Amino acid sequence: MWRYLFGRLLLLIIVVIGVTALTFLMMYYTPGDPAAIIAIARYGGPESLSSDLISWIRHQEGLDAPIYIQYAKWLHHIFYLDMGRSLITDEPVFDKIFSRFPATLQLALASMLIYLLIAIPIGILSAVKQNSLIDYLSDIGVLVGVSMPSFWLALILILFFSIYLGWLPVCGSQGLSYLILPATTLGIGIAATTTRIVRSSMLDVLGQNYIRTARAKGLKEAIVIGKHALKNAMIPIVTIAGLQFASLLEGAVVVETIFAWPGVGRLLVDSINQRDFPMIQGCVLFIAIIFVLANLLVDCSYVYLDPRVRYNRRHQV
Amino acid sequence: MSGRIQTSKMFQKPIVMKPYALELLNFIKGNCRVMVGCGLIFFLFLIAVSAPLIAPNDPIEQHRGHYLQPPSWQYPFGTDDLGRCIFSRLVYGTQISLLISVMVVGVTAIIGTSIGLISGFAGGAVDEVLMRIVDILLAFPGLILALVIAGLLGPGLFNVMLALAIVGWTGYARVVRGCVLAEKEKGFVEATRALGGSKYYIMFRHIMPEVLAPVIVMAALGMGGTILSASALGFLGLGSQPPAPEWGSMLNEGRTFLQLAPYCTIFPGLAIMLTVLAFNFLGDGLRDVMDPWKKKRLEI
Repeated sequence: MWRYLFGRLLLLIIVVIGVTALTFLMMYYTPGDPAAIIAIARYGGPESLSSDLISWIRHQEGLDAPIYIQYAKWLHHIFYLDMGRSLITDEPVFDKIFSRFPATLQLALASMLIYLLIAIPIGILSAVKQNSLIDYLSDIGVLVGVSMPSFWLALILILFFSIYLGWLPVCGSQGLSYLILPATTLGIGIAATTTRIVRSSMLDVLGQNYIRTARAKGLKEAIVIGKHALKNAMIPIVTIAGLQFASLLEGAVVVETIFAWPGVGRLLVDSINQRDFPMIQGCVLFIAIIFVLANLLVDCSYVYLDPRVRYNRRHQV
Repeated sequence: MSGRIQTSKMFQKPIVMKPYALELLNFIKGNCRVMVGCGLIFFLFLIAVSAPLIAPNDPIEQHRGHYLQPPSWQYPFGTDDLGRCIFSRLVYGTQISLLISVMVVGVTAIIGTSIGLISGFAGGAVDEVLMRIVDILLAFPGLILALVIAGLLGPGLFNVMLALAIVGWTGYARVVRGCVLAEKEKGFVEATRALGGSKYYIMFRHIMPEVLAPVIVMAALGMGGTILSASALGFLGLGSQPPAPEWGSMLNEGRTFLQLAPYCTIFPGLAIMLTVLAFNFLGDGLRDVMDPWKKKRLEI
């Protein structure tokens, strides 16, 4: 187990270095001079810029060093939890991301709740009543849900619930009612794939011998399904939870932008539009760490869900 | 028992292995999803090719005084805030969406499959390095990485395709490598090697066709995924540049007028959904088909 954890933490470091090095490289060769961006942000409009000023800033900020020196410097600062300062607002990147994180977490947890509430009952129902009308309808629902762009669903929900019915606010983040539409948008998209996994995993389990034994013992069908089958069917459902987390983060970027939800996703989109390089780099680093840690958590949960899984042998990481 | 039947069958008539593609076609015929998917995709390609014939108006011409008009005979899906015909824009947008998905999926499938083949065959250090790269890319949400890459490269159709391609090849590489490792151990590979077949002969003649089935399924599903990702990037303002009728950016332009003119957003979304649905139908159907097909080949 320890060995396994060690391997995973090593992967975390490799991923962080790989992804941030890639973004660093892209930033370096991208149009848009960071020194000029700083100059505009600090000293106002382009007319007041002189090439002396820009080259002074470039030197001052260490932007004239070769790329690998800049990257090494950035990595070095990370160890002191210093991700630099925003080129636009001069705020520390670290503080900014952590002030935005609770909103993203809130959105992620709420949509997780929604997708589980949709996917598990429907998935079980369509597995138990295989090839029935319910199964057929849920299958079509899944296909439509997978094919639907989340930003379009968001706009349709706004149109219906906010504009026509006037029940919910269009955008913002002042309370629970503001959370409902973004979380539903994100939840429905992910519920589609999850429903499919729940169904196939449930079908798989229902064909096992221990289910036949449970039925032969004369247990009620509700107990057979709810206790014996569901518990075993959870393993594949948890397996894809890691993958779902990726879609959750991806979806959050789009959904936060539409609903003006002040999370990390919107911060990333805004800083890309403003070419705020340290902020982009910080967001990428943050998302990489969160994502790898979430997957690690998923893997560790197997040990508790399935007693057959033990990570003591040399495990491929 | 079954063995005896098999032998007697063998003596009764010689088994003629049909060409791969022909046999696969026979299997596909029975699957309703594949047929629906293929039909829809054919229809979409037809629209893309004959866009100038179908579109009633020019997609970028701005009709003065016809701003945000509701659907009518002249403008079947209404007009946007600049007085452009939404229906015509959607029809021409088919070209962009199909172009992006065909290019991205084509490039990623070829690169990913080659890397997977090399990795699985070479083994050792080459395999280790290639798979670590795949690990790194897979350990980060793909669309976000594509967003960052496309955002840094600057908006534009080519940059979006490049970003999606950088992110997209990993899935193919991993699946193909797994297949190669599994196939390498099979009897027929060993037999060919014993008969003196070269490495390249084994790779292209025996292992490649076995690997093709999952790649085709992934490619079909990938077409839909690519259209979704590309339109998401377009929606965030990174896609093709303004006058071009890209579906995602049309949605983005239309959302300002959601209350005034909902048709500006409803129809582009439906177009994206229909196209993605078509490819998902095809991919799902093919997946259902491939499994029994492979089993049957093994029985022969």
